[in-house]
Amino acid sequence: MDPSRCIGCKACIQACSECDTHRGRAMIHLEFVDRAASTQTAPVVCMHCEDPACARVCPADAIKQTEDGIVHSSLKPRCIGCSNCVLACPFGVPHYVAAIDQMMKCDMCFDRTSIGKKPMCATVCPSQALYYGPPDEIRRMRVETPVNEFRFGHQTVRTKVRLMTSPDTDHLDFDIMSFMPGADEPVPDVTELVAWED
Amino acid sequence: MAILSADENKLIERYGPHLNYEPPGGWDEQRECSLVKTHCCFCGVQCGIQLKVHDNKVVGFEPWEEFPVNRGMLCPKGVKRYLQNEHPDRILSPLIRTRDGFREATWDEALNVTVEAIRRIQSKYGRDAFAMLGGASMTNEKAYLIGKFARIALGTANIDYNGRLCMVSAGAANKMAFGVDRAANPWSDIPLAKAVIISGANIGECFPILTDYVWRARDNGAKIIVIDPRMTPIARTADLFLPVRPGRDSALANGILHVMIERGWIDHDFIEKHTADFDRVVETVARYTPALTESITGVPAASIIRAAEIWGPAETSMMLHARGIEHHTKGVENCLTYINLVLASGRIGKPGSGYGTITGQGNGQGGREHGQRCNQLPGARDIENPEHRRFIADFWRIPEESLPRTGLTSCEVFDAIEAGKIRGLLSISFNPLVSIPDASRTRAALEKLEFYGCIDFFMSESARHADVFLAGSLQEEDEGTVTTGEGRCVRLKQSVTPPGNARVDWKILTDLAARLGRSEHFPYAISDDIFRELAAASKGGSADYSGMTYAKIEENMGIFWPCPSLKHPGTPRLFEGGRFHHADGKARFHAFEYRPPAEDIDAEYPLFLTTGRVVSQYLSGNQTRRIGPLVDQYPEPLCEMHPLLAKKLGIATGDTVRVQTRRGDIEVPAQVVRTIRPDTIFVPYHWPGRKSANLLTNRALDPISKIPEYKVCACRVERVAPKAVTL
Repeated sequence: MDPSRCIGCKACIQACSECDTHRGRAMIHLEFVDRAASTQTAPVVCMHCEDPACARVCPADAIKQTEDGIVHSSLKPRCIGCSNCVLACPFGVPHYVAAIDQMMKCDMCFDRTSIGKKPMCATVCPSQALYYGPPDEIRRMRVETPVNEFRFGHQTVRTKVRLMTSPDTDHLDFDIMSFMPGADEPVPDVTELVAWED
Repeated sequence: MAILSADENKLIERYGPHLNYEPPGGWDEQRECSLVKTHCCFCGVQCGIQLKVHDNKVVGFEPWEEFPVNRGMLCPKGVKRYLQNEHPDRILSPLIRTRDGFREATWDEALNVTVEAIRRIQSKYGRDAFAMLGGASMTNEKAYLIGKFARIALGTANIDYNGRLCMVSAGAANKMAFGVDRAANPWSDIPLAKAVIISGANIGECFPILTDYVWRARDNGAKIIVIDPRMTPIARTADLFLPVRPGRDSALANGILHVMIERGWIDHDFIEKHTADFDRVVETVARYTPALTESITGVPAASIIRAAEIWGPAETSMMLHARGIEHHTKGVENCLTYINLVLASGRIGKPGSGYGTITGQGNGQGGREHGQRCNQLPGARDIENPEHRRFIADFWRIPEESLPRTGLTSCEVFDAIEAGKIRGLLSISFNPLVSIPDASRTRAALEKLEFYGCIDFFMSESARHADVFLAGSLQEEDEGTVTTGEGRCVRLKQSVTPPGNARVDWKILTDLAARLGRSEHFPYAISDDIFRELAAASKGGSADYSGMTYAKIEENMGIFWPCPSLKHPGTPRLFEGGRFHHADGKARFHAFEYRPPAEDIDAEYPLFLTTGRVVSQYLSGNQTRRIGPLVDQYPEPLCEMHPLLAKKLGIATGDTVRVQTRRGDIEVPAQVVRTIRPDTIFVPYHWPGRKSANLLTNRALDPISKIPEYKVCACRVERVAPKAVTL
């Protein structure tokens, strides 16, 4: 996943809603980071944690991880719609769907990937901000580095899905303070690049 | 009279747009489906896609990863395009207007009424008083047929198409500079370029799949320069972003060339051997110092110099542009000044080096080659060239003197309706009420027509004015070919047959031709018959398809023209070895002084208005405004403005603002963003009625291409006071 390439077109979302196992409902989302400041958008697919917080906090044991490392959407007979997983996920992935009183999330298109196809979102993504393939392959193709270690305070989370980031980075640190008001990194403003008369 | 015969709300209730969210039978139905390999019906990239078909209904899609251009990638429009099939708004039968709307009619009645009107108008006012307008979303077969139908069956000179609103500035410039109208390179050259200029092309939203090509160029070390008044998604991470003041593009290109000449980044050897008229350009751009160019364009001098530093000495390079520099009263001049940058560098006709306009419509390229334009005959021939006229007249077996000469262009057709010179109109795949500038005048013109016949699959805003509505076909209901923005002719496969009593478009035209007594000229049983005829007609023309067949196109996943013989593999890259298509083999430089837009800002209207697309909608929205998930993504036009401007006007995001020009006003919500010049506002144009950006735009035309100036006019903006709530 490389948000720097994302053009915000939502082809991933629209295609996700066409998948055979959950037709009509997208299990991923895409957000403008701050539309007033920038056209920057970020697709949000499940990162498929090695030790998934969502599954650990589920009181109904409704979220299962298979041997291939895929963390599945909640099991309908078990999910009690408590939203613990929604609160626990460090990446903001699971969504509680009130209409069916169940949490649903990206399962890396299990129906497609298990038969050798790519997930729907990464197949259609026009900017290839979402790319499906082994980390070594993408390392060869791109300047950016795939990273799958995320540090949230004292907690380290390792994931199956990698985030592309600047070269020579082996992990990403997140500090709660960077998300507090006033901590914004300056974003380019067209007025800094333009000559204009008032 | 083509005044609306029923209240507009009543027409909307009956014919939409309604929103379709689900495939036929709903989401839960499991079906055995076949997959049809075909192409998307929208933009000029023409992505390969597989349509899922069950029981003669399109019920979904599957990516087509083997097609080399998009390799399975699709934008949201492509993903959801199938929802236009089995749509509740689909018109399933011919319609005839009544005193309170429309009634269903038989084909015999509808065609006879149409033919009687054509005859009545032409005998009373002359043949040219009946005009035909086509579209560039249709196949090559239909583009060819419409040109032939208009000239032989209608006998009118006034045949033009909606590509006049889209690609004609670039087309005219390409012919003037290179002697041929086609993108010079296949898109596979983009990732090989070390410098890429993207001028006036919102690639991320209008041609999303090409984004990957640009990013791959960057992965290979390319520097990306984006020129646009707005920081579009492709501009956000560009190496250099030049936020040009609307309507100043030719000055900016002159300014960049000035620096290139000054620094010696010029390929004198190439210029000497393969071009003409460079001297005049040197003389013109001498005046365009970085300081002067900054004062005209609003791009800082340092950025202009930096652009020249990236572009000038690059090893390989691609110049890409789109409507942003073409939709101007100097659209042709803008394109030619940018082409000067390419020719001066000598980097064209080589792998990773070249030039291309990115055509906007599905068949933007092919739709402008086969005679659907008022000044053109098949094979991209000129209608005023005696040799070309003779060739086509002989080919069609008609006397040369009976072949009409140059007719009026699309916008001029509406001016002529206004002036009472054109009294009848037949349109196909064209929604002028939403797409032509100065929409109040367009509506008045439609109301003035004595007869308006409309071939379409949905009741567009324009079609509501029709006397006769002929229920035509969607793209996936017919066989055919289209030619993509890179000049690749690809094959569209029929996935399903037209529903109800609707007919494939070309059969409607051949039925009309028969009733007009010209059946011997239209002896087609299948689409392939038309393709074989258009390929033969193009032989020896600049857009030569004579070596193509349906089978060959399919086997090769597209063939690039020129393809002059069955053994010829097609021509992905033009101008190899510096051979251009003018008689002397040389390309032409063109020197243009900058001149201001037709309507510049002043004290009364102090802001620039520029218009364009959003990623989830296509053209006038006749298709995409009926597809629920696409409408939800961007439901209505927003007025983008910079916070500095918004603050001055007391406007916040979400406020309703009135945008006013000398032609009209609209009310839309504001979106306050730092990604636009503070002297410019942007409104997308896909919507009708009170939210139609084209109520505002200026119908001033480029003198050569006759494209209207969508990209710049003067406006003012004010906050609309919220209405008092009465309890």
